[in-house]
Amino acid sequence: MSNQNGNTPQGGTRESLQTKLEKNIFGMYLFMALSVSLAGIVQIVPLFTNPEAVKDEVVLADGTTQSLLWQRSEGQSLSDWKPGDGVRPNTPLEVAGRDIYQREGCYLCHSQMIRPFRDENERYGHFSLAVESKYDHPFQWGSKRTGPDLARVGGKYSDEWHILHLRHPQALVPESVMPKYKFLDKAMVDGDEIATHMSGLRKVGVPYTDADIAGAAEAVTGKTEMDAMVAYLQSLGNMIKFENGVTYRE
Amino acid sequence: MNLTQKYDLGVVKWFTIMSSVYLVVATLLGVYIASELAFPYLNDLGTDLPYFQFGRLRPLHTNAAIFAFGGSVLMAAAFYIVQRTNQTRLWSNKMAWFTFWSWNLVIVLAVVTLPLGLTQSKEYAELEWPIDILITLSWASYLYNFIMTIHIRDRNKVPHVYVANWFFMGMMVMVTYLHVVNNLSIPVDWFKSYSVFSGVQDAMIQWWWGHNAVGFFLTAGFLGIMYYFVPKQAQRPVYSYRLSVIHFWALMFGYVWLGAHHLQYTALPDWAGSLGATISLAMIIPSWGGALNGILTLSGAWDRLREDYILRFLIMSLAFYAMSTFEGPVMAAKNVNALSHYTDWTIGHVHSGTLGWNIMVAAGAMYHMIEKIYNVKLSQKLLATHFWIHTVGTVMYIVSMWVSGIMQGLMWRAYDEYGTLAYSFAESVSAMHPYYVMRAAGGVLIFIGAIVMLINIVSTIRKPDSVQTANA
Repeated sequence: MSNQNGNTPQGGTRESLQTKLEKNIFGMYLFMALSVSLAGIVQIVPLFTNPEAVKDEVVLADGTTQSLLWQRSEGQSLSDWKPGDGVRPNTPLEVAGRDIYQREGCYLCHSQMIRPFRDENERYGHFSLAVESKYDHPFQWGSKRTGPDLARVGGKYSDEWHILHLRHPQALVPESVMPKYKFLDKAMVDGDEIATHMSGLRKVGVPYTDADIAGAAEAVTGKTEMDAMVAYLQSLGNMIKFENGVTYRE
Repeated sequence: MNLTQKYDLGVVKWFTIMSSVYLVVATLLGVYIASELAFPYLNDLGTDLPYFQFGRLRPLHTNAAIFAFGGSVLMAAAFYIVQRTNQTRLWSNKMAWFTFWSWNLVIVLAVVTLPLGLTQSKEYAELEWPIDILITLSWASYLYNFIMTIHIRDRNKVPHVYVANWFFMGMMVMVTYLHVVNNLSIPVDWFKSYSVFSGVQDAMIQWWWGHNAVGFFLTAGFLGIMYYFVPKQAQRPVYSYRLSVIHFWALMFGYVWLGAHHLQYTALPDWAGSLGATISLAMIIPSWGGALNGILTLSGAWDRLREDYILRFLIMSLAFYAMSTFEGPVMAAKNVNALSHYTDWTIGHVHSGTLGWNIMVAAGAMYHMIEKIYNVKLSQKLLATHFWIHTVGTVMYIVSMWVSGIMQGLMWRAYDEYGTLAYSFAESVSAMHPYYVMRAAGGVLIFIGAIVMLINIVSTIRKPDSVQTANA
């Protein structure tokens, strides 16, 4: 072993690398910095460089290629999007809802990431794709299911159900341990704030147009935080229309 | 010349006392949020206010436990050990006090902002960007002071830097890196920002951070504590120098890969998750290397465990460390992870590390430092009380989460004879109730233990015959 003479600093004619590092604290610093960097380079960098990591195209049964991202044409607004058109940025009201989702720490008890298992498929729906959270800054996959997964909760219940449930979860689901979110009824969404948030999101890569941001304040006028929260929940998971016989993930 | 004249121990003393205070706070918050899961009406208590709800207090609990309690004890121990093992005063006592005040300011800001819902919503990195900048400054001052103190040692007296220092330094280097990268974000106002990363990349970076907050902050740093205080308290040299070299470098290189095992079967590419799982398995070797090196340091001095409660804390912590570093790789294995992920088992696992390993090794170190700095004896009765109450509480916590976690995993995937899902999600929630109550009860014991510790420390240092010159 190269560090054999580590015990006897003065003994031996040739010092091992370990012995040298133990005497030179800056050398040791350098070696530590190198050894902890390798994993990040191998594991994280390819997620940015390899397009397969966030696959945004699939080949349909008839051989044509389809984009999983919403192909927005010039002049179209966010409201021109139809369910199944592909992954799009959140609307202003959904941005407000997502901010609340973050603020209330929903991610601590609800995941938004369905794994490719039979039971999860039946309970929650098609397994989640990376591209579905492409515009999620930060991601909200979560790590714990104290409550059920929400990745495809959009469209599963009515708006009225969500409102009643958020106000008093136990009234609809007696076993629930979820807190009550009645206070969302009383708070209004601030339009200018949402416009600022959308420009921030644009800076980190969400493709909002100037018109999207200019119209943000108006889009949320008169809306409560409850409306925003419900809009966000209803947007989850129905952006892509999944078809049989298509490989969405290798 | 006594210790307090020879070294800068004022800052060590205050970090130790504050970490004991923060342990009380963190465990109280833990008990409260655990009780909320058992008795959900505790979320609002008849009011309409969001400030005490689970989603707002849970980040405060984790931040208080990891960074307020864990951070303070790491800073106390590092400033103590670096002086003792290099036989020199701190490079800058003033800078150490800057570290102290800035770190405590971070904690105060966390207590204010998190219940207000000001959060980045990244686990263990919830604090918003201005606080992140303050953390970076505080941490940089800690790192710089530590390295410079080693650098100015008398090389004739201390040619080799002692192993405990390597572990501390490794932690400082990696945590700087993790904290800065994971918190890169664009601010939209003073207390709201959006991560520059999104989706799958953000998930990988978050868990690279998340697992290494455990791997470096709570493992490498606390191994630094172990490597000084176990030999000191046992009055024996470390069992094997060579083992310490091997497991140190294996940990530095290996731990960083593990984050991906938090994302198996997700939209993260399979190769990354599998790589994380494989290296997780290999990490049993360095982890057990460290545990054995600590435990075997007691060879020939096992009888000391009978009367020395501080040593008992240290050795029991290593037993829990060995257990949870065995459990971790098992849970990282793909087929186990398919069941355990998203369940309470993960919560139980992280608490077997934090309650069993971190708090116990920290308690041993804190008690040791208090006795040395003040030249006093702590109350043996209170030490014994803390030891037993904490051990029982920890076991109750871990066992209840094993049962509830595995039960959740099994209920979610169970099918009935007609081939349909056997249980609704709500049924799995109500099945958890008894275990959530048991977990909260375990938490109460741990909280009482933390109070006993604080009482023991405070009443001992207030005794008239304790050395009161530690402010120097």
